[in-house]
Amino acid sequence: MEKTIDESEATIEVSDVRKRFGSTQALDGMTFTVRPGQVTGFVGPNGAGKSTTMRVILGLDKPDAGTATVGGRPYRDLRTPLTHIGALLDAAAVQPSRSARHHLLWLAHSQGLNAGRVDAVLRQAGLQDVAQRKAGGFSLGMRQRLGIAAALLGDPPVVMLDEPFNGLDPEGFMWMRGFLASLAAQGRAVLVSSHLMSELQDTADHVVVVGRGKVLADMSVRELLESMSEGRVTLRTSARNDAMTVLARAGATVSSTGTDTISVTGMPAENVVSLLGAHAVPFSEVSSHRASLEEAYMELTRDSVQYRGMMPEEAGR
Amino acid sequence: MTATLTPSRAAARPARGGFAQLLHAEWTKFRTVRGWVASSVGAVLVICLVGLLATAAGNQSGPEGTSALPVGPGGQAVNDSFYFVHQPLQGDGTITVSVSSLTGVVATDPKSSRPGLAPWAKAGIIVKDGLDQGSAYAAMMLTGAHGVRMQYDYTHDIAGAAGRATREQPVWLRLQRSGDTVTGYQSTDGTKWTEVGSARLSGLSATAQVGLFVASPSVEEKTGTGTGFAPAVATGAFDQVDLGGRWSAGSWQQRQVSDGAGTSGSYSQTTKGQAVATGSGFTVTGAGDIAPVVGGPATSGVRTIENFLVGAFAGLIIMVVVGAGYITVEYRRGLIGVTLAASPRRGRVLVAKALVVGSIAFVVGLVSAAVMVPFGGQRSESNGFPVLTVPSGTELRVVVGTGLLLAVASVLALAVGTILRRSAVAITVVVVGMVLPYLLATASVLPDGASEWLLRVTPAAGFAIQQSVARYEQVVTVYAPGSGYFPLAPWSGFAVLCAYAAVAFAVAVVLLRRRDV
Repeated sequence: MEKTIDESEATIEVSDVRKRFGSTQALDGMTFTVRPGQVTGFVGPNGAGKSTTMRVILGLDKPDAGTATVGGRPYRDLRTPLTHIGALLDAAAVQPSRSARHHLLWLAHSQGLNAGRVDAVLRQAGLQDVAQRKAGGFSLGMRQRLGIAAALLGDPPVVMLDEPFNGLDPEGFMWMRGFLASLAAQGRAVLVSSHLMSELQDTADHVVVVGRGKVLADMSVRELLESMSEGRVTLRTSARNDAMTVLARAGATVSSTGTDTISVTGMPAENVVSLLGAHAVPFSEVSSHRASLEEAYMELTRDSVQYRGMMPEEAGR
Repeated sequence: MTATLTPSRAAARPARGGFAQLLHAEWTKFRTVRGWVASSVGAVLVICLVGLLATAAGNQSGPEGTSALPVGPGGQAVNDSFYFVHQPLQGDGTITVSVSSLTGVVATDPKSSRPGLAPWAKAGIIVKDGLDQGSAYAAMMLTGAHGVRMQYDYTHDIAGAAGRATREQPVWLRLQRSGDTVTGYQSTDGTKWTEVGSARLSGLSATAQVGLFVASPSVEEKTGTGTGFAPAVATGAFDQVDLGGRWSAGSWQQRQVSDGAGTSGSYSQTTKGQAVATGSGFTVTGAGDIAPVVGGPATSGVRTIENFLVGAFAGLIIMVVVGAGYITVEYRRGLIGVTLAASPRRGRVLVAKALVVGSIAFVVGLVSAAVMVPFGGQRSESNGFPVLTVPSGTELRVVVGTGLLLAVASVLALAVGTILRRSAVAITVVVVGMVLPYLLATASVLPDGASEWLLRVTPAAGFAIQQSVARYEQVVTVYAPGSGYFPLAPWSGFAVLCAYAAVAFAVAVVLLRRRDV
């Protein structure tokens, strides 16, 4: 881990990648860059194309159009790919009857690495005590750790993990979070996917939000929050129509959300209060919502959620 | 950006080292799954066990007092059994005879017989190294149905003129020894001679036994239930015998060479070998044959080396299961994605897998055969069953071939497994396509034509490489899969299997490269 990371090696570039499976356009011009020294969250609802994008990056799925490169090179040109990018796509991808150590050993041999590397990553992933046990007996959390160990085997400048928080207990969750941060601190490019923004809230420095096969937002977490910070004001008033007229004339976007509640966007709460006061419109409650990362995410992906559950009242319609 | 950062092709693809790593990785994969290692060891044990059970003596005992079959100069088991009127010839010389008739008698039951002549009944002259069975010889002869032939050292057969002999139109035969070379001639009138062929018998003794001989193999009888062989004798009339060279003053001796029956036929209860002097010649009656031993009904009391390897198909099934599972387990578990991410050049991955599983299957087959051929032979002989000796080259081909057979079958299974991605289906395809036809064809449950067709067009043709018995035009037997004869020559049959494996492998590589994982 003392190796210094060459920044030009520590990148992933995905450029206008398209991929269709039957009638489904899984990737529809996916474009983004993963930079060194930070954790990039790759977030979107299920079916948004996160896993497919990662499979394209690893050369497992062939895109219909577009390119993906690791450290500037197409994956298939990498001679010992695991020394360029370590990836965990599917923690269940082990042969159950092979021990954890042997699983890592064949991977090491495929890259010209020796057993010393295997023992090092087993220690790093905290698996040294179960190294001789068959991987088939591992819990999902242990398999995640085994997958992490495999990803670190080649000491790669790029690390890419698909849903690494899945199946982790709270302790494992905290470990993973610290672990990702330490990888980024070493200068590596780290791409972590999740369908839950909350998992990435305190982990990612940068997020790429995707939906329906394309990028919806690609910015730092701070920028994302700021872009949403003008927020929304909820107003409870007995004079709903008056309030809506006044606020709309002043340029706010107003919508009625109930018999005595309206939602205002595009105007800070203090302006709403002073405007209503000036026009003598009565109101009983004003609340301002500052967007959380989760809300920003929900907002961005509202239209691209493919498998949305219906609320009970929707179902009745 | 991509263009400027992508290193030159040569730098990005140093081939050799990469492939060695891949091979190392695939080997590590194989050896770290206990089931595969155990199956491979198990395959050796199964081949040996099935071989031992199939050739177990049990309650039956071998033919009484059957000793080992004589072995000819070429290293193969031979029949060397005939009636011989001979005297020694020192150094070079000639013998010339006229044959005026060749007739025979076939036993119909132990007490009675009918006239009849085996197609390869023989009456003629012979130059033989000595009186021991299996010794080198060269002979000119008239046959029952194949005209004049020159034969030497058991396996060689040269056709002369066709036709039969009559009292009015006898067939004249001559052998001339000159050093190690014996040349055969024939003539219709005893004055104009035509060379039929010549044989070099290296190491032929200075004093050879030379004279007249008659032999008759048993006669093929088609019965309602199959093919049987009836004992037969032949009688040849030699009208005139002329000698040239240093002979031992005209004292002819006569004897039956080999009183043991061999596998070529023998006298019935009412016949015996004899020679009766008739003026300037002899009338000689004899049974037996001077020919290589072949498989088939006559050799039921004799074992061939492939008998000890009948378990190969069982070991082959195990290695097919291993070969298919070696790739299909990766599909079932999603491990193929890890494999191909570690080694993006997919064709090479499949080649490495084929090399690993093929080498292991080869060792399994080789070790099993190398144990069973000598061990089974020893055990068989101690139980009273002689083993048909084959030239060491043939034995080597059978032993190595068993390894190759398993190797190619496992690679076929690997390829089919890659194409189908499901082990149960892949194993079924290979077993039904290869092992089933083999079992059906060799168990004599199908008509010979159907069996031979199966062994030509299915991958089961590859089992031909285990055939140790040879096919000879000049020896009559049932040349059918049921008696150990494949329709294709050993390497041709193996080539059919290889062609199947090669096509499947090519399809597998194309699909593996084209498909998303």
